[in-house]
Amino acid sequence: MNRKLRQTIFTHIGLILVAFILMAPVLFAFSKSTQTTAQIYHYPPTIGFGTSIVKNYATAWNEFKLGLYMKNSFIIAIIVTVAKTILSLLTGLALVYFDFPLKAWVFYFILFTLMMPTQILIVALFDLVSKMGMGNSYAALTMPFLASATGVFLFRQHFSSIPGSLADAARVDGAGPIRFLWSVLIPMSWNTIGALALIQFIYMWNQYLWPLVIIREGARQVIQVGLRSMTAQQDVTNWGVVMAGAILAMLPPLIVFLLLHEQFTKGFALGREK
Amino acid sequence: MYKAKFKSKWLPYVLMAPTLAILVLFLYYPLVQTFRLSFYRVAFLGLKKKFIGIANYIDLAKNPDYLHTILTTLLIAAAIVIIGLSVSLAIALLANQKVRGARVYRILLIWPYALSPAVAGVIWLFMFSPGFGIVNYLLSLVTGHELNWLGDPHLAVILVIVASIWKNIGYNIVFYLAALQNVNTEILEAAAIDGAGPWKRFWSVTFYLLSPMTFFLLITNITYSFFDLFGTVDIMTKGGPMDATNVMIYNLYRDGFQYYKTGSASAQSVILFFGVVILTIIQFRTSGRHVYYGGA
Repeated sequence: MNRKLRQTIFTHIGLILVAFILMAPVLFAFSKSTQTTAQIYHYPPTIGFGTSIVKNYATAWNEFKLGLYMKNSFIIAIIVTVAKTILSLLTGLALVYFDFPLKAWVFYFILFTLMMPTQILIVALFDLVSKMGMGNSYAALTMPFLASATGVFLFRQHFSSIPGSLADAARVDGAGPIRFLWSVLIPMSWNTIGALALIQFIYMWNQYLWPLVIIREGARQVIQVGLRSMTAQQDVTNWGVVMAGAILAMLPPLIVFLLLHEQFTKGFALGREK
Repeated sequence: MYKAKFKSKWLPYVLMAPTLAILVLFLYYPLVQTFRLSFYRVAFLGLKKKFIGIANYIDLAKNPDYLHTILTTLLIAAAIVIIGLSVSLAIALLANQKVRGARVYRILLIWPYALSPAVAGVIWLFMFSPGFGIVNYLLSLVTGHELNWLGDPHLAVILVIVASIWKNIGYNIVFYLAALQNVNTEILEAAAIDGAGPWKRFWSVTFYLLSPMTFFLLITNITYSFFDLFGTVDIMTKGGPMDATNVMIYNLYRDGFQYYKTGSASAQSVILFFGVVILTIIQFRTSGRHVYYGGA
């Protein structure tokens, strides 16, 4: 066997091994999500398909209300993803295709918010949103996240790389800035839009601390906090149902990831390298 | 920079207004409030406020428990950053080899980006559970012993670190792979012709060319370890046992929302904020790039 072939085989074996190790926790969780309590507590542990799959998932979905929580998480993730994309596109348009006083300062003013993760502001933000009377609502869950320095930054960077002659042509044709955004910039920005959508959807779906403090009643709670309440009673935890919950909770972001990971790489990761 | 193409005095402001309004109301204003509250003692539910100067900060500086919390945070962050980045880079190098099915392998390596800290926490909590978790079973096959992962302060820290690295590994690999794609293969070939072996080629060429990306990931991983660990810790250990995993953001949450020490929690926010500012300045100075903090 020549050296090159041997190296290729080793690479494959290595990659398969690593991929398996990374996936093993999820495979284990899935296996357990199908088992009855008796099967889970069996010693030695068994890895395989159990007999309680329908029951476990139904219990997680109905009794632990994960269906409701996932609906809530889905709604806030969509609201934020769409709103943030639109607001960031408009701001990027203003920053790249217009001149106005203090432009650089406005950009830095937006960029500085990168240093203000909501987790840091949690106490004051809680005060503010409570006083505004938005507690227990989708508004409370989404409003603080509607604007984004990341989005503005990505679109500004991307628009700056688009040739200026296009805007000239648009102006000669009599198209205004909004028309130009709609029919020229957006069609040229799908990688950036896709990357931002992926980041924002996952970011909102994974929200934990903010919903935990601002949402006080079950009807508006989100999936991550729902998962937390399933594990709250350690001693009586039915692990099969909890694992079913974990699998359910990871599916939507995983699907979005599989749909948009190429845009994520092209529009974001590779963009950072320039 | 680009030459402006459209002329309007008011339109750019209209376009930016919604973004600026949200940022001012939900980020800048709470930040100012956080600074202000950190100088007050706030009675239950914020009904009474008393200005106490920097007493909240002095109390924190004198409190050995808080110093322990800072130390714990730094230790856990260091472990996540060093181990997480080394493993991610090794995997990215492997995945960068030109083999059939490279695209499929990529997806199989980066999907953990979609995981949430809470999901990572709950799955690893289960795997490490005494009695029926798979880790203890495998451990007992090898060593004959089972360990009480959640009862022992040192082991609980390891648990949180492992779950956190697993969750963030996909993100790191995406960026390392992107950077590796841009490594100029001609330089590597030239180094090979000059007689540099694979090991030497990696350290003196690839590793060097990757250093801006490593630096970017260093900052994002530190930020991740400081803030996004909340969900993992809350689900796995609640900061225990004996405060072994009580990281700064968790301590802040407990003081602010369980013990209602609003003033002290705000002071802790200010301390964390300055941590972020320092990181950002370092990042800005060294690379001139802007830091991405995971979605904010």
